Amino acid sequence: MREVAIVAFAQTEHTAHDTGLSEPELIAPVIRAVKEQSGLSTFGFTCSGSCDYLAGAPFSFVSALDALGAWPPISESHVEMDAAWALYEAWVRLQHGDVDTALVYGFGKSSLGDLRTIMTLQLDPYYLEPLGLDQLSFAALQAGALGAPREALDAVAMRSRQDGRNNPYTFDLPLEQGASVVEPLKEWDIAPITDGAAAVVLAAGDLARRITTNPAYISGIAHRIEPHYLGMRELAVSASAAEAARAAGVGKARVDVAELHASFSHEELILRQALELPDDVVINPSGGALAANPVMATGLIRIGEAAQRILDGAARRTVGHAASGPCLQHNLVTVLEA
Amino acid sequence: MPSDPLTADHVLEFPGGYTRTTGPVIGRFLTELRDGRLMGVRTAEGRTLVPPLEYDPATGEPVTDEWVEVGPAGTVTASAWVHEPRENHPLDRPFAWALIRLDGADTALVHAVDAGSPKALPPGTRVRPVWRAERRGHITDISHFAPEVTKIVSPVSTRYRLTASPSLTRFLEGVRDGVLIGCRCATCEKVYVPYRLTCPECGNPIAGEVTLPDTGTVTTFAINNLPDPRAPEVPFVSAYILLDGADIPLIALVGGVPAHQVRQGMRVRAEWVPAEERTLSMTNIRWFTPTGEPDVEL
Repeated sequence: MREVAIVAFAQTEHTAHDTGLSEPELIAPVIRAVKEQSGLSTFGFTCSGSCDYLAGAPFSFVSALDALGAWPPISESHVEMDAAWALYEAWVRLQHGDVDTALVYGFGKSSLGDLRTIMTLQLDPYYLEPLGLDQLSFAALQAGALGAPREALDAVAMRSRQDGRNNPYTFDLPLEQGASVVEPLKEWDIAPITDGAAAVVLAAGDLARRITTNPAYISGIAHRIEPHYLGMRELAVSASAAEAARAAGVGKARVDVAELHASFSHEELILRQALELPDDVVINPSGGALAANPVMATGLIRIGEAAQRILDGAARRTVGHAASGPCLQHNLVTVLEA
Repeated sequence: MPSDPLTADHVLEFPGGYTRTTGPVIGRFLTELRDGRLMGVRTAEGRTLVPPLEYDPATGEPVTDEWVEVGPAGTVTASAWVHEPRENHPLDRPFAWALIRLDGADTALVHAVDAGSPKALPPGTRVRPVWRAERRGHITDISHFAPEVTKIVSPVSTRYRLTASPSLTRFLEGVRDGVLIGCRCATCEKVYVPYRLTCPECGNPIAGEVTLPDTGTVTTFAINNLPDPRAPEVPFVSAYILLDGADIPLIALVGGVPAHQVRQGMRVRAEWVPAEERTLSMTNIRWFTPTGEPDVEL
């Protein structure tokens, strides 16, 4: 495998409401930031992740290209997924060997519509979507299947909100449980509605070392998916996250920090078990998705936050995880090393 | 000169709905559903998928053309409780989402259950479909599921007319007049209240009436958290009160003190309703209330 590293990472100061920024206006600051960090003004490949249903407009991601300087034509691609998968595509693209740098970005404004209902539209149209099974309902069903004690969920939610208060990019959310929304989920078990964006720069081989002192090398990256229909799989565990973690080599050496894309408290419990993370691993020091959840950038931010610990020289080996689909259907695991 | 931001409402929809073909497998399931039957499809490995898919999610192999009727009853494997149903939900009252393993199936179906309360649907609960009157070949032909009948409620109400015995009548006359009438056994000298005609210990006749004070000591008590028409509030305390000079305690309410402060040995006094409101009834004593005296060693 060709050595590829994350050499720059930036995210917006996320907001809980629509500030009226258009897509190019939302992403331009983070694109500018990673260009400055990396000293690169053009990239061999560009890939983004977003979802048209959040904006309710077809091809809304195309207008975002206005922030890039896409003329003369650039080599560009898009995933209708969290931008963590755009990062995966860029990593694959860099394996070809003909280009050495890639720009990856993701953005989403979930404040524009009703996210619970929008997420219903990702479900299969025959058996689930007609029931109006909304995002909090299917998440609660998974929490019910897990049956974790309330204290375990509270511990995840409390730690996430406390860490989020120390992260300038995420929210200062009240340190209280809140009302029961769909049982067993309480308000603080649920990732907040968020608008925001993030960007990452990848560089191959020695170029990465020339760009930054401590590149975060991707020593392993893999994603696995499970059946879509919720009744066809064991919801209390994540077989796909476990397999992706094995394929990425999470357990080959000590992990300092893991950033897990858990949009609900119980998902963190499932993921910790799937990734077989020992108790001494620092989980989501950023606050995770429970502190800010710019849908379609949240997974990329997990990888970016995990990389940032290495770029800062604070950690040697970190894990970034991203999830997609209902009830952790699809999981991507990245291992980053100094 | 800040001004309100410009906003506009926007609806994304497919007028008339989005038409989808079902393919042979989902189409067969929905057709059978329209006929009121729940069908599963067998995989090459012999598992029964409900709802049926064209490919076995475990192997990616096409499913077989072997169909089996399943259900209609099934077992809940997990559930979630919706306090506030939303517009698109199957029920307009609080309900549960559940994973339901229909009898004969190896996978679980997701649907709504009209369970009545969030506690009513532990894993293992048996449920059955409630069908819509008009079926059209749609997953919502099942309106929802409902728990199987496992219990019924039988109201019991029979009426009686009681006549007080001579001794009880005598005791209640005392209560009407604001005194507690007890009695002493002529043989063993035990003092009982309420007044009675024979000694329950030695069986001998009672010698005569004894008037007891309306003060006493709590010997034991219970905190009741279920409402009772005879108690003024919940929680309430019912206690054994040993009236001063009696050998047998009387059961009465204790009030005028938080329930958790009531204790054995506590000194109490009867709180009588005003004289003009008294009848031939124990309700003349609202309850016993602490006197404030030091506790008594029992």
